[in-house]
Amino acid sequence: MTKYLGIVVAGMLFGVGLAVSEMTHASKVLGFLDVAGNWDPSLMFVLGGAVGVAIVAFRFILKRSAPLLEDRFNLPTVKSIDAPLLVGAGIFGVGWGISGYCPGPGVALLAAPDWETWVFIPALLLGAWLQKASTASDDDGVAMLPQPESDQA
Amino acid sequence: MDTFTPISALAGGVLIGAAASLLLWLNGRIAGISGIAGGLVTGRRGDIPWRLAFLAALVVGAALYYGLFGNTPVARPHFPGWLLAVGGLLVGFGTSLSGGCTSGHGVCGLARLSARSLVATLVFLVTGIATTFIVRHVFGVY
Repeated sequence: MTKYLGIVVAGMLFGVGLAVSEMTHASKVLGFLDVAGNWDPSLMFVLGGAVGVAIVAFRFILKRSAPLLEDRFNLPTVKSIDAPLLVGAGIFGVGWGISGYCPGPGVALLAAPDWETWVFIPALLLGAWLQKASTASDDDGVAMLPQPESDQA
Repeated sequence: MDTFTPISALAGGVLIGAAASLLLWLNGRIAGISGIAGGLVTGRRGDIPWRLAFLAALVVGAALYYGLFGNTPVARPHFPGWLLAVGGLLVGFGTSLSGGCTSGHGVCGLARLSARSLVATLVFLVTGIATTFIVRHVFGVY
């Protein structure tokens, strides 16, 4: 159960970070993606700050043989730059550009009385389910095979 | 809202990076929100409790900030709901297919110096910028 300490503390901090950075404001995000309009470069600072901290911290953390509260590191194993990566990232960008939300801010927005995310998040979950169901049906019609967790980025 | 806010953006980014680092250090996991959320409907049943705990904590963190400091987001007055549904579907499908989103590929992947994540990040930035241009400047939807 101690593992939940890490999960809850990290989750809360992540939520605060999203709120502070205003990633939960769709207009702010679209103001960054709208390079032809009144361009707002703020989001580059969000990404820069996050990657800047993580790139240094990860370097030290990944030298350890195991994390502090669980048995082993659970890291992505896929390395290939293939069609699913390119097509999937492309489709994600289209959805991001339409809505102004990526998954983290969409979840964090459940904290605000803003109905937009009550449409966005169920649609996101349906989209993820449809993608996995379509992959599973390619493999012999076996629906919903358990996916290894390590295929996440 | 459309004004440049480098300080809060940088501060928020640092907190996000710290959160991702904490999750890796303490739990050995990548803080990719599309993976953590999508896994609720596609992953192993036994993983559901920790996924829910993380996502609930994320909502609580944001709620605490809004409760203490305000700046709570409000829905856009004229943005069509069906576009949010289409956007959500594409975000869910695309991140599941490519194995990550802005946090998984964009923050954690870049921090791990993953070429795969760098490519994914460039691709979703390009299609995001192109799509925003079309939605805003061709169709005039804000």
